[in-house]
Amino acid sequence: MTFADPHSQTHRAQQPQQSAHEIGEAWSKMVARRRLYTGLGLLILFVAFVSSVKFADESNAGHFIERLPHLFDFVSWLVPKDWNDVWRALFDIESPNHQTGEEYNFALGRVPVWGSFYIPEYFELMIITINIALVSTIIGVVFAMPLSFLAARNLSPSSPLRIVVKRFMEFLRAFPEIVIAGLFAAILSIGPVAAIIAVSLHTIGALGKLFYEVVENIDMKPDEGMKAVGASWAERVRFAALPQVLPNFMSYALLRLEVNVRASTIIGAVGGGGIGEELKLSISRGFGAKTVALVLLLFITIVVVDQFSAWLRRRLVGEHAFLLQH
Amino acid sequence: MTVIDANRMHEIELRYPDYFKRSFRQRFGGLMIVIATLLYGVYATWFFDLPKLLAEAHWERVGLYLSQWVSYDVQPEFRIGDTGITVKYPRFSPLGDNPHPDWVVNNPDGSVSVSVSGESRTVTVSKTEAVVTAHGITVPVELSGGAPKVVGPVPSWMTVYDDNVLADLGFAGDVSISADRVKIRKRFLGWANFVFDTQSPFFDKPAGEVLSLIVSGPELKPGQSNLSLAFDNIWYNSAWQHGDVWTKLFQTIVMAFLGTLLGALAAFPLAFLAARNITPNRLLNQVLKRSFDFLRSVDMLIWALFLTRAFGPGPLAGSGAIFLTETGTLGKLYSEGLENIDNKPREGIKSTGASTMLTHRYGIIPQIVPVFVSQTLYQWESNVRGATIIGAVGAGGIGLKLWESMRTNANWENVAYMVLLILMVVFLFDMASNALRHRLMGTKSH
Repeated sequence: MTFADPHSQTHRAQQPQQSAHEIGEAWSKMVARRRLYTGLGLLILFVAFVSSVKFADESNAGHFIERLPHLFDFVSWLVPKDWNDVWRALFDIESPNHQTGEEYNFALGRVPVWGSFYIPEYFELMIITINIALVSTIIGVVFAMPLSFLAARNLSPSSPLRIVVKRFMEFLRAFPEIVIAGLFAAILSIGPVAAIIAVSLHTIGALGKLFYEVVENIDMKPDEGMKAVGASWAERVRFAALPQVLPNFMSYALLRLEVNVRASTIIGAVGGGGIGEELKLSISRGFGAKTVALVLLLFITIVVVDQFSAWLRRRLVGEHAFLLQH
Repeated sequence: MTVIDANRMHEIELRYPDYFKRSFRQRFGGLMIVIATLLYGVYATWFFDLPKLLAEAHWERVGLYLSQWVSYDVQPEFRIGDTGITVKYPRFSPLGDNPHPDWVVNNPDGSVSVSVSGESRTVTVSKTEAVVTAHGITVPVELSGGAPKVVGPVPSWMTVYDDNVLADLGFAGDVSISADRVKIRKRFLGWANFVFDTQSPFFDKPAGEVLSLIVSGPELKPGQSNLSLAFDNIWYNSAWQHGDVWTKLFQTIVMAFLGTLLGALAAFPLAFLAARNITPNRLLNQVLKRSFDFLRSVDMLIWALFLTRAFGPGPLAGSGAIFLTETGTLGKLYSEGLENIDNKPREGIKSTGASTMLTHRYGIIPQIVPVFVSQTLYQWESNVRGATIIGAVGAGGIGLKLWESMRTNANWENVAYMVLLILMVVFLFDMASNALRHRLMGTKSH
């Protein structure tokens, strides 16, 4: 931050022994201006906030104040009559509470594995969801890796290509996932593959950005060495850059896996299959015990994936704190 | 080329044992990972039953849908009766209620000629036969026998069924011929009636005329100026629903804004309590950090589903869902930021005998505010992207509209329109928040 008044600066240059009074005056001027900016910024933020609340409230089906007492209705609806129903729901065991409705009829989806041995439907749905995440992370890494070397400022073979690749990745990141999922659901019929494609395309864009930022920060001395012995672009990337960036790439890929487990749940809810769809149905039909069971399953899975990938990441790159980025 | 003898090679090997005798993991680790990935790929192919899925895929729909993103069609139907040939247009024809396109010509002998694409692709319908000219040949189809019958050899672009004949004319459209009616689909590039729909008095008028009407024309609807009438007609355009789309888009932005701002406000004080260097209470730190994890991992979707049950569908539920998730995300990011601060300013201020509040205010806040603001901006931006999805499960915003247009399988041009708007907004936000972030952090943008 510099002083605003140019006169005072020239004045100071001529007279090294500036009076304390003058410095104090300039300081208070600066502080006053900063306060004004901060105040104005906060005021704008406040006005935007109040009008947004009003807008959101008006265009919502139920209004905030009148619905607030009902906020915990869904929690009370979630509480099952019998807590054992949660386990029954999870393992698809018929509930004694089952009379006529679908709500307590859990023994619906059993996936036979071997003879009379079966896995409950939800576990299979969870496996589908995890597989969607895993496959799309792998596809994302495989495509983002070469793209990131093309997009990095220090290694890109040509600068127009670099800009094209960068824009392409931005486009993949910004393109709404549900549109891709919807398009492929229409082509391949609704199912997990549409979700894989949607999540993969997004992952390529997101990982590509993280990857090329890593590549831009590498030590260029090995690259110079490779250049000096006449290596081609591919050889430079393979022997000078790749060994430096691989641990970070792996770490970001694992971070992305966590994000993708959630993303594949969400995509599942809008018709991509997997546990998201079941969860959405369960909530919209008001099946308390089933919902609790599914949320529990999802929560445990996500925590396990998070912890596992955090452990692996620490082993790969040490105690680095990576920002969580979508 | 230098030749190295065995002794020298041995010497080099001894000197750099690390490079010549590496552990099994170091030598084959990469290869193992590649092999494992490939094996997993095989498993995934089997698990998702890819070969069957790909074999059953309707790849021809890709071109169809993508061409529907940028085009519209008109589907006149020619009915052949005893009195002559009558033409009928669909109820919501882009041509309006009274269509008389110049590509449909009534010939003096009672037959009708339709130019599907210029001179090269035409259909002439008379009482006894339909003549399709396309791909350089002319194929007459006889209509008099109760079922259509192709005269001569059937070209590859024609499919003959029991009671109708389908001619595929490529992007230009197609023709379906049955004994008493001929249906033609003629495709045009562009988005029909994007500005004014067929009900509007401004429909089908050239831009200059519309402008002059707005500026100085007589009132088309008594009691309302032409300008406001034109605006109404555009805003409530029945095919494109500009008003609804823009409101929903704005809802998405507002949802992201409200959710992120509230999340930041909630996470700010909590992060101070969760940071172990500021609040030296291990139990409190851990409880808060785990609850941030919980908020994050239960996920936006589930919060959205719950809140739509509490508040009903709309942006309020969406904002709430983003708020809960963001409290978790920003709480984690903020507390990590706080744990990485430089402790010296704090100690300096403490040594002057300042209270805890003042120590925080002058020792910590100046260090972390730029980081916090930058992270919050980033989250806002990514939430604008994310909010389209939770919209689709009923949390308000443009997501649901997008999903509905896709479900009906007809309005792909509306999908394209909304996608373009979303992309525009996301890019604008990207640019604005990047610029703001770089000004705050004092770095050059690139």
